[in-house]
Amino acid sequence: MDFFISIWEALPLGLQTLIWTLLKIIAIVAPVMVCVAYFTYAERKIIGYMQVRVGPNRVGPKGWLQPIADAVKLMFKEIVIPTSANKVLFLIAPTLVLGPALAAWAVFPFNEELVLADINAGLLYILALTSVGVYGVIIAGWASNSKYAFLGAMRSAAQIVAYEIAMGFALVGVLVAAGSLNLGDIVRAQQGGLFSWFWLPLLPLFGVYVISGVAETNRAPFDVAEGESEIVAGFHVDYSGMTFAVFFLAEYANIILISALTAVLFLGGWLSPFEGWPVLGPLFDWVPGFVWLVMKTALFGFMFLWLRATFPRYRYDQIMRLGWKVFIPITIVWIAVVGLAVVYQLPWWFD
Amino acid sequence: MNALTNYFKSLFLLELFRGLSVTGRYLFKRKFTVMYPEEKAPVSPRFRGLHAQRRYPNGEERCIACKLCEATCPALAITIEAEPRDDGSRRTTRYDIDLFKCIFCGYCQESCPVDAIVETRLYEYHFENREDSLMTKAKLLAMGDKYESQIAADLDAQAKHR
Repeated sequence: MDFFISIWEALPLGLQTLIWTLLKIIAIVAPVMVCVAYFTYAERKIIGYMQVRVGPNRVGPKGWLQPIADAVKLMFKEIVIPTSANKVLFLIAPTLVLGPALAAWAVFPFNEELVLADINAGLLYILALTSVGVYGVIIAGWASNSKYAFLGAMRSAAQIVAYEIAMGFALVGVLVAAGSLNLGDIVRAQQGGLFSWFWLPLLPLFGVYVISGVAETNRAPFDVAEGESEIVAGFHVDYSGMTFAVFFLAEYANIILISALTAVLFLGGWLSPFEGWPVLGPLFDWVPGFVWLVMKTALFGFMFLWLRATFPRYRYDQIMRLGWKVFIPITIVWIAVVGLAVVYQLPWWFD
Repeated sequence: MNALTNYFKSLFLLELFRGLSVTGRYLFKRKFTVMYPEEKAPVSPRFRGLHAQRRYPNGEERCIACKLCEATCPALAITIEAEPRDDGSRRTTRYDIDLFKCIFCGYCQESCPVDAIVETRLYEYHFENREDSLMTKAKLLAMGDKYESQIAADLDAQAKHR
């Protein structure tokens, strides 16, 4: 042990920082990737159950090794690059989609003190990074040099831009209510049990945020970017093997990120729902905050799957109408309401 | 007024929540999946699977090379060649069913005057070589010998419908 410590101390300081940073990144990314893998399994199981069948159950006990088998299969498949595609952009695009989805976790507070980078502009950082993801989609559609991919990319870009605004406004409501851009402080501002969380005073924004989140991640019923029945698979038609898998990972990483963010912004992050309640509060005191966070995140993850199992795809003009003409007005009105409530210190939440 | 209720219905996503409640209920419904290799769906006695040729109880093959099956086969999957056997009876020298062409309509079985060619309830088979897709006379007779009791029982069960 001393031997290792002496080696460690012999390393130059820059290298030490580098190794530490890499270890921290791995400590966050590896569990996220495992979650992504098992989220795909959960999706197939839950949608299967809703369609009165059982879903994958052949690989390993109850099919638990199915995501591993899928990953191995995709890794060993050939990566086909179309001759007329722009090779560099074609290969950059998937990374550009996945990168922000993972990088956003850096400012995410897992509990009271567990956060990689406790920066003050956390929410801004996340908003910025999630918008970078759309470049990956556009570049993928453009670089493939295919009509379908390009159409899918255009649709996706327009949709993401439209919903980004509604989503941003919903977040403005949150930061007005919390008075901070730091995700940890936003959670701390929601202290006091289930009914003190922001979902209640910001209910319309909460709804808008969740639905915009579904639209942002291009999930059903907002999955016109993929549109299997019209444009084959949208922006990733020409991707195969691992390049396709990276898009897939990014989509699911984004879903988990959006679910976790919803939990932090509107459902009190790591806080217990029974905090400060007479009997239930002390009864659930022993549950660590991280568990509450995971449960809340899982709730929203399940919602994503439930929506996909239920709704048919929106028509494109309906998507645009919903984004521009319904969500943006609602959020603007509610921001004004929240602003007034904060200024006049309305009891219960803002006093 | 109607427009107003519709407006509120869509604003508060009422219809969507009803949809969600339907799928939510189905999440807990009993599943219909048959776990195939371990469990199998029941097969009707009239099931039309892999072909077989039958024999009489004394071991004589039933087929008399009348070629009705060959004539009736809509997919032209059956090829028959016949010659008189040493004892003077007319027998096939070649009886091939090309399983790639066969559409499993069961007309051969229906046309057969001596119940020689039948389709068994066997549906689990595969080929590893292209040539294996041809059911030759030897293979058909072997199938018939192997599954005779099952075939006889199935024919009995459907006899009253013919």
